[in-house]
Parts: sequence; C-alpha cells; structure tokens
Amino acid sequence: MTAAELPVPGGGTGAATATPSLARRTAAVFARNKLALAGTVVLAGLLALCFLGPLFHPTDQVHTDLARANLAPGTGGHLLGTTDLGYDMLGRLMYGGRTSLEVGLAAGLLATLFGTVYGAVAGYFGGWLDAAMMRITDAALAIPALFLLVVVAAIVTPSKPVLILVIASVAWLSPARLIRGEALALRSRDYVHAMRLMGGGGGRAVFRHIVPNALGTVVVNATFQIADAILYVAYLSFLGLSIPPPAADWGSMLSAGITYTQVGHWWLIFPPGIAIVLVVAAFNFIGDGLRDAFDVRLRKD
Amino acid sequence: MARFLIKRLAQAAVVLLLVSVIVFVLLHMLPGGPARAILGVQATPQAVAHFNHQQGYDRSLPEQYALYLGRLFSGDLGESYKLNQSVASLLAERLPRTALLAGLAIALAAVLAVPLGILQAVRRGKAADHVLTGAAFLAYATPVFFLGLVLVLLFSQQIPLFPAQAPQADTVSGILAEPRALVLPVVTTALGIVAAFSRYMRSAVLDNLGEEYVRTARAKGQSGARIMVRHVLRNALIPLATLLGLYLPTLFSGTLVVESMFNYPGMGLLFWSAAQGSDFPILLGVTLVVGVATVLGSLLTDIAYAVLDPRIRSVA
Repeated sequence: MTAAELPVPGGGTGAATATPSLARRTAAVFARNKLALAGTVVLAGLLALCFLGPLFHPTDQVHTDLARANLAPGTGGHLLGTTDLGYDMLGRLMYGGRTSLEVGLAAGLLATLFGTVYGAVAGYFGGWLDAAMMRITDAALAIPALFLLVVVAAIVTPSKPVLILVIASVAWLSPARLIRGEALALRSRDYVHAMRLMGGGGGRAVFRHIVPNALGTVVVNATFQIADAILYVAYLSFLGLSIPPPAADWGSMLSAGITYTQVGHWWLIFPPGIAIVLVVAAFNFIGDGLRDAFDVRLRKD
Repeated sequence: MARFLIKRLAQAAVVLLLVSVIVFVLLHMLPGGPARAILGVQATPQAVAHFNHQQGYDRSLPEQYALYLGRLFSGDLGESYKLNQSVASLLAERLPRTALLAGLAIALAAVLAVPLGILQAVRRGKAADHVLTGAAFLAYATPVFFLGLVLVLLFSQQIPLFPAQAPQADTVSGILAEPRALVLPVVTTALGIVAAFSRYMRSAVLDNLGEEYVRTARAKGQSGARIMVRHVLRNALIPLATLLGLYLPTLFSGTLVVESMFNYPGMGLLFWSAAQGSDFPILLGVTLVVGVATVLGSLLTDIAYAVLDPRIRSVA
C-alpha cells in the first residue's frame, strides 16, 4: 500500500467536505515515518518479486530435476542455487512467496473482518451477550494459537482456501477483543443515542456507526493480523501441516532445508528465512506508521 | 483482597470450563467422530457402534459433555492409538522435560533482558538504544525455526561447537548431563522471548526513573548505580516476574517448534509427532493441558501481582 492509497478516513459521504486536507495530512504523517516508508518499499519489492518475477525468470517448480540437484548459488545459471530436488531456488522463492503472501493476506483480512463484526456486536449490545461472547474468546485465546492451528490443520486436508479458513478461524480472536473495546466506548456517543431515539436498530448502529468510526483501529490491526497470518502459514508449513508438495511456501522451503544444514547448504535456509523476516517486519512498520497517521486524525476530531 | 480472589477464581473457573468445551467441540469435529479417531479408519461399523455405546457417544450432547468432563476430572485423557499408552502417562513423562527446557530458556532470557533493558533506558535516544530497538523489531519478525536453523548453521556446522540434536535421555537429570547438547535448543527458545522481555524492561526502568522517589534519592546524593539497584530495579522486576505468566502461550509455542527441530523428547515433540500421525487423543490431550496451564498461569500472575502490589487490589 502506498501512502497515496491510504484509506479515506470516515470513508463515507458525511466526511466529504473535510476529506481532502485530512487525507493529505494523514498521508503526510505516514510519509514522515521513515520506517513505515521503508516497510512500504520492501513490501512493494517483495510483491513485485513474487508476482512479476516469474515473468522475467520462468522456472519449472513442478517437475524435479535430480541431475541439477544441490547446486551452490551461481553455478549452472542458478543465481541462488538449486534444492535437493533440483528446483531453481530463486524461482522457488517467488513461487513459494506467492502462497505465503496470498494465504497470509487473505487469512489476515478475513480474520479482521470477522473479528471486527464479532467485537462490534459484543461491545455495542453489551450485557449478557457481551459477557458470553467475550468468555468464548477468552477461552480460545487461552489455548496457544499454534496448538489450535496444528489440531485444526491435522483434522482437515489443507489446500490454499482451507488453509486461509484454518488460520482465520484462530486469528480473529484478537481483533474481536480490540474492536469490542472500541465499540464499548463508541456506543455511548451522542450520535449513537440520537440515532437510537430516531428509531434506528442495532444492525444500523453496528454497521453505520460503530464499525466506520473504529475504522482506523481496524485498518491498523489488519496490517498486524496479516503479519501474524504470514508467520502462522510459515509455522504450519514448517511443522509439515500445510499444503502438500509440489506446492511450496517459505515455511515449507525452510523445513525442506533443515536436512541439509549439517552439510552447510545455507542457500536453502537464508532466502526464504530472510523473506519471511522482511515481509513480517514490513507489515509491522506499516502498521506502526498507520497508527501514528490515524492518531493525527483522531486528535483533529 | 478476599473479594478480588473470589472474583478472579470464579472467572478462571468459567474460562477453564470453556477451554474444555472447545476441546470437546474439536473432538466432535474429527473425521468420523471420536470413534473413528480412536479405533482408526479400519474399524467396522459394529465396532464403531459398540464403542459409541460403551463410551456414551450415542447419548445427547450435554450428556456426552458431562461424561467427558467426568473422565477429565478422574485424570483420563484417553489412549494414544499409535503409542499404546495412556495420554496422561505420556504427559507425565514428557511434561517435566518441557518444563526443564522452558525454565532454562526463561532464566537465560531474563539474564539477557534485564541488563539490555537497563542499558536502553539509561542510553535512551542514543546509538545503543536505536541499535537494540532495531534488533528487537527484527527479532519480533523472525520465526523461531529460522533462528534455530541459523544457529545450527553457525554453531553446529560452520564452527562445530554444539551438536544439532538435543539430549535424548529419558530423565531430567540425564538431559542435564549433556549440557552441550542443550545449548542450541535453550538459546533458540530464549531468543524467541528476549526481545519482548527487554522492551518491557526498558519501559519499566524509564517509568521508574521518572518517579519522585528517584528524584529524592538523587537529591540526597545517592549514586546512579545505587539508585538503579535499590530503587528502580526493585520496582521494575516485580512486573517482569508477573510478565512470565502472560508469556506462557508464546513459550509453549516456542518449545513446540524447538522440540520438533532439535528432536528434544518433550511434550512439544510428542504433540508434533501426533500431528504427523493423526494421533488425535494426544493432540487433544496436549491442547487441553496447554490451555489449562495458560489459564492457571495468568491466574497466578494476577494473584502474585495483587499480593506484591497493593494498588492493583483496590482498583479491581
């Protein structure tokens, strides 16, 4: 996401008059944050590498080629070497990165979406409904996410869409809690009371008032959720519970490389490992930058 | 204090009960239901029906849950169908080994984090602070297994200092008898939490440095080191101790990955092998135990906090 594409605060007709300068100010704060800008650049670079890279560096990532197995970087025209099955490592980094990024993005966004609605409903309606809904999230959060993920992944047979659902089914808990807190604060605002007096229902309150006004928190949280989801994909694949071969992602590439650490095949470890660190750090920095940017807007309110 | 305790205990009891409900729901999500999961895919329909009747799985769901809860309270977590041993006895064997790994990792993380945090707080805004802050952000983004693989490449392959396989002994004392083999698993687990601990230490020390009692001590002419040890550290370490309770889930996840990487014979390796072999009684048993341990950990944390810091009680 570039600074210019920042979501317009308020997102609706009501904020139209104040929007241009507000959006510009928000973008300016984001752009002043050097780490957030660096994160944006790194993320753009990785996206280009994974999604445009194969156009310039086409490789066969399905058929094994044992004659070209375990080549060191730079030999035989393989910039990053080859794997134990003869896959070109640079090509595999792109191919695996697509899975990691696609699943991570989709799962992170799905988790944010569901968590937001769940939290907004709990926080807005309050009372016993809130208590019941929040005790459920408390209990699910008590079980470490990785353990829940492994159990669910062992029950189902993972494919890309299934993996997205599996990760989202665990990751929605923290946005739900966060947005519930926002909703609790927002529901006592005057404009919500006014809408209630005019006969507006609960659904209208949640979707037209609570969620739009919590949008800053939601967007910031979404970036952190995506970072977490990319890590979850990597952890599950590393533990051998992700999409089966010949599909690959950065986590399963690392797990395939583990056998060759003892003979020093470092090129199987560093490219996917560094890619994971870079993309997760990039999303975290972007999230921090967005939080500061939205803070400016909130202060203006 | 009594009111706070009762309220907090009741809350923990409700969450514990719901953790058991979640595991019960997972049990029913298994392909073919609990009977297939325990008897295996080869079981005949008659065997499945017999098992269901015997175990009460042909009754209503609330009744089944009551039976399940009854079994849990008698310590029955089911039987592993691959290892031919009860899950409870497997856990009794494995839990002390994982506790050893986690305990050593926590100790190492604290030993590293406290001086790092103090250094950052004292040198706030200077080069050392920036470098360590950057390192902490990178550490947050680094998966434990990548860290472990890099350590193996560096200190087992390039410079052969430590073996890449954890001690394989059955007893805690047997594991401790091979300290060299313990180094990489413990360091990997510890580095997974040290960033969070040192960030916490940094802000705790900074908070305390701004307090009036520090100004008073300075005014009385006490030296910086003495103020740090006598006043700041004493107040900053209490919350750090309680932070451990909150980091139990991260620690459990860390040991799961580290144990499967280094073949360390603990609960994490048991869980990981069970996932490879779809040994669901073990998977669900470990999940339950880990969930219960997390709830109890945060309960103890809150109680310890209330005992150590009277301000918490009055607010709660």
